[in-house]
Amino acid sequence: MNETSESWLAACKVEDAVENGGVCIKHGDDQIALFYFTRRNEWYATQNECPHKKQMALSRGMIGSDSDEPKVACPFHKKTFSLNTGECLNGEECAIKVYPVKIEDGTVYINTLAKF
Amino acid sequence: MKKIQIIVVGNGMVGYKFCEKLSSRSNLFKLTVFGEEPRRAYDRVHLSEYFNGKSSDDLSLSTETWYQENDIDLHLSSPVIKIDREFKTVSTLDGKSYEYDFLIFATGSGAFVPNIPGVEKEGVFVYRTIEDLDLISGYAKKARTASVIGGGLLGLEAAKALIDLGIQKTSIVEFAPRLMPRQIDDAGSQMLRSKLSDLGLEILLNKNTSYIEGEGAITGLKFSDDTSLAVDMLVISAGIKPRDELARACGIEVGARGGIVVDQKMQTNDPSIFAIGECALFEGMIYGLIAPGYEMAEVLVTNLCDGTKTFLGFDMSTKLKLIGIDVASFGDNFITEPDCRTIVFENKHKGIYKRINISNDGQYLLGGILIGDATAYNLLLQTSNNRIILSDDPEELILGSRGGDTAAGSGITSLPDSALICSCEGISKGDICSAVIDGCENIDDLKKCTKAGTGCGGCLPMVKDLLSYTLKSQGKYVKNVICEHFDYSRQELFDLIHIHELKSYDAVLDALGKSDGCEVCKPMVASLLASLWNEMILEKGNDVAQDSNDRFLANIQKGGSYSVVPRVAGGEITPEKLITIGEVAKKYNLYTKITGGQRIDMFGAHLNDLPLIWEELIAAGFESGHAYGKGLRTVKSCVGSTWCRFGLHDSVSFAIRIEERYRGIRAPHKFKSGVSGCIRECAEAQSKDFGIIATEKGWNLYVCGNGGSKPQHALLLATDLDSDTCIRYIDRFLMFYIKTADPLTRTATWLNKMEGGIDYLRNVVVNDSLNMAQQWENDVENLINSYKCEWKEAVENPAIRKRFSHFVNAPEDKDPSIEFVEMRGQKRTAEWK
Ligand code: SRM
Ligand SMILES: Cc1cc2nc3c(=O)[nH]c(=O)nc-3n(C[C@H](O)[C@H](O)[C@H](O)COP(=O)(O)OP(=O)(O)OC[C@H]3O[C@@H](n4cnc5c(N)ncnc54)[C@H](O)[C@@H]3O)c2cc1C
Ligand code: SF4
Ligand code: FES
Repeated sequence: MNETSESWLAACKVEDAVENGGVCIKHGDDQIALFYFTRRNEWYATQNECPHKKQMALSRGMIGSDSDEPKVACPFHKKTFSLNTGECLNGEECAIKVYPVKIEDGTVYINTLAKF
Repeated sequence: MKKIQIIVVGNGMVGYKFCEKLSSRSNLFKLTVFGEEPRRAYDRVHLSEYFNGKSSDDLSLSTETWYQENDIDLHLSSPVIKIDREFKTVSTLDGKSYEYDFLIFATGSGAFVPNIPGVEKEGVFVYRTIEDLDLISGYAKKARTASVIGGGLLGLEAAKALIDLGIQKTSIVEFAPRLMPRQIDDAGSQMLRSKLSDLGLEILLNKNTSYIEGEGAITGLKFSDDTSLAVDMLVISAGIKPRDELARACGIEVGARGGIVVDQKMQTNDPSIFAIGECALFEGMIYGLIAPGYEMAEVLVTNLCDGTKTFLGFDMSTKLKLIGIDVASFGDNFITEPDCRTIVFENKHKGIYKRINISNDGQYLLGGILIGDATAYNLLLQTSNNRIILSDDPEELILGSRGGDTAAGSGITSLPDSALICSCEGISKGDICSAVIDGCENIDDLKKCTKAGTGCGGCLPMVKDLLSYTLKSQGKYVKNVICEHFDYSRQELFDLIHIHELKSYDAVLDALGKSDGCEVCKPMVASLLASLWNEMILEKGNDVAQDSNDRFLANIQKGGSYSVVPRVAGGEITPEKLITIGEVAKKYNLYTKITGGQRIDMFGAHLNDLPLIWEELIAAGFESGHAYGKGLRTVKSCVGSTWCRFGLHDSVSFAIRIEERYRGIRAPHKFKSGVSGCIRECAEAQSKDFGIIATEKGWNLYVCGNGGSKPQHALLLATDLDSDTCIRYIDRFLMFYIKTADPLTRTATWLNKMEGGIDYLRNVVVNDSLNMAQQWENDVENLINSYKCEWKEAVENPAIRKRFSHFVNAPEDKDPSIEFVEMRGQKRTAEWK
């Protein structure tokens, strides 16, 4: 994992994020989905585009868990993806990029150099 | 130890199944596979779904890494062109050669193209591979008429696909005097023919094509009776031709009419060479179906792994899929009297034809044909395959009761453990029941551990029945638990949430569930909360538990835009309001369309614009139409007695009263209504969840109708009611439905599952047999009193309104990925990327 200070994007304030849901972050021409999993007190970030039909929609998906694996379901056709690894949990081959997130002084930072 | 080298020629369905079975059972072998097609083996049986949006990846039978993980060398786009039996090598198109110890032919078959002059013309296709389908859909764009040669199983499927591709004038040309000559008899064929005509297909029988007309590209067909037919494109589906050319060239025995001759162990006349699937000829027969192909793979794998198993021929029972008309044949379908006794049921009105052949002593079911309704197919197939002794009233097998569940339920108990349930994967009743006993207690687990139902899927209803039957017989209470997070059925949760007065998804999860929830339980619980308390659905953190449509109070569309549908109660609208809709649509560049529900839909709104649009609509007196919610949609009306010369009562006023009464109420699924001013039924009330038709003396109330994919007419619940009584009955009906239906179940399906059916429902609603009427009427009254337009609340509440922007860190910016293109003077969404 690359931790140069330049790769951390100041995405938004903690209070702008949606509890137990997602918001979409503009990053130049890219879009990143940011999830505030309040029940677990965990943060996740992934690409916003769903690989299934290339819809910019994952940030609007419902989050939840599948035998404790945190996941998000795309609102279009309900394909689900692990928020930890980005792997598609419906046995499809497509995976999504996931990014590390950290909180400092009430600001949410996303490391835009992808983990995978 | 050096592994035994096996070469598989052909990476189709059966070749793949062979690799899957062998690699899971032994590691003595090294597999090398050559496939002529450019992609990994895919599900050819469901090939037509490629036209309905499935991608080649969706159809693929394996994952990209599967072959590698199992140490199988896969060479795609690499046909084998020569076999040297003496040195035991094969050579491929790119000039390389490979050694084998055993060679397996799994080359399948190709489309049989009869020798008609002109078949080489542009616009003539076959229907076998993904590439064929790509070519067909490309050409179909410029074709207005099309024809299919061949009225068999595949021909019908191809013809339906052409209609779905938008070619309205599609015909089927068949040489024989009837359709599906191998599966169904004359009477069945006639019934099928009339149903296909309803779909818009023209059927030409007894037609022998003598040549294909056209310069370069096809323009028409010329028949031997001197008639002709103009067509822009043609799909030939006249049968299959086993791919035996390689085998033939290296001197392996092939049949006179094609096919690689094999014995009971799938061995050819060369002991190191085997053939399986559609290229293999067993006792003079090519099996053009997937189940026997899989069975051949099983036989071969068992023998290679030192077991013994023989192929004994296979049942050719089939069920036609996809075309929207049930057609099935099983067992000995053509046997006639005096060799058997036949029972025939025919209902021309509904387009149903069923025939069963039973043995002369009345003891056994020999075979049969089902057209128009094949729900009993699985059970009949099992009854005939397992030689189950029939009851004294065998006609019940095809008459059955409404819903048919009872007949099927008692049927599975009598099957022996050896009964083959999933013929694709060769899974018996015993296998399924013991997997359930060993802990596979839901259908997904059962599919994973037994593979039953993963092939053509036709056996799934029966697998489900076996699952609940086994669970019940173990004394387990079978309940429809919602998901891994809640151990309750919907109805139990409804009561628990009510008793504990829970108001948010999180509170429900804390009190009654576990872990973090998911996309199944969240919207379901959110819907229960809305049905019970009718609070603003986006408050108390419930917004994130809503399905996307409810979360943004609009239907999300292809491309990521949203639709805007204001309520137009009863379909009645003033000129001023029409002007407002026009102005708003113009200002925000929205596509407008009159919907099937008598109102106007504006499509293509950006998320950021939704609050602005609704602000303007609300100011002009509109309110949310709940087109996105699982709740009341529209109450259609006809103009009724105020204008119509036949009208008996004022159907518009009554429709508006009803629409305003039930607007905003959330239910297990959406529900719709209609009010007609007389029995001519211009409002189509009998296709609605509840429908009302004026009579001389009042209103007739019909319930549980449905359009959609399985249309069903509503049933008469009560007659000649005055308006207030009619409304009271609807209140009770709706609350009973809301309280007891499974998630996402329309009223029609709810009734179909209800023991006692409409008579029971009538007893509950009209005679108050559960003593709940007062309570339910009060419940509805409470819901009505708490109704507010949720769009009004959303635009007025800053915290909620803030959520209607695409980027949190750039709230003014719209989603730049949304794209529209022009069409007939308006815009439409760009295609999926
Ligand atoms: C707009 C409209 C088509 C049109 O241009 O006419 C429409 C559009 C959609 N229908 Fe419909 N249906 C529309 C009338 C109908 C009708 C006809 C009617 O209501 O008289 C039916 C058959 C009658 C019935 O429901 O029994 C109908 C049966 C369905 C079904 C199948 C329901 C079933 O029980 O099988 C679905 C799928 C579902 O709800 O799960 C569906 C789902 C949909 C969805 C919501 C699909 C989706 O989730 O995106 C479409 C939303 C488009 C959008 O972006 O807003 N739509 N849909 C009609 C809106 C009526 C309205 O004013 O609210
Ligand atoms: C549209 C359609 C609908 C169908 N519907 C049904 C249905 O509802 N129910 C049912 O039971 N069956 C159905 N079938 C039939 C079913 O698909 C076949 O029975 C099954 O695919 C046969 O499998 P196979 O592996 O023997 O042949 P295939 O799947 O045809 O595979 C053979 C493969 O071998 C390749 N090959 C051939 N020669 C060579 C060579 N020399 N070198 C390398 N590769 C070679 C071919 O390119 C092909 O990829 C349908 C078929 C079609 C086309
Ligand atoms: S249903 Fe009756 S009242 Fe309504 S338009 Fe038709 S004929 Fe007229
Ligand atoms: S676009 Fe995401 S699941 Fe289809």
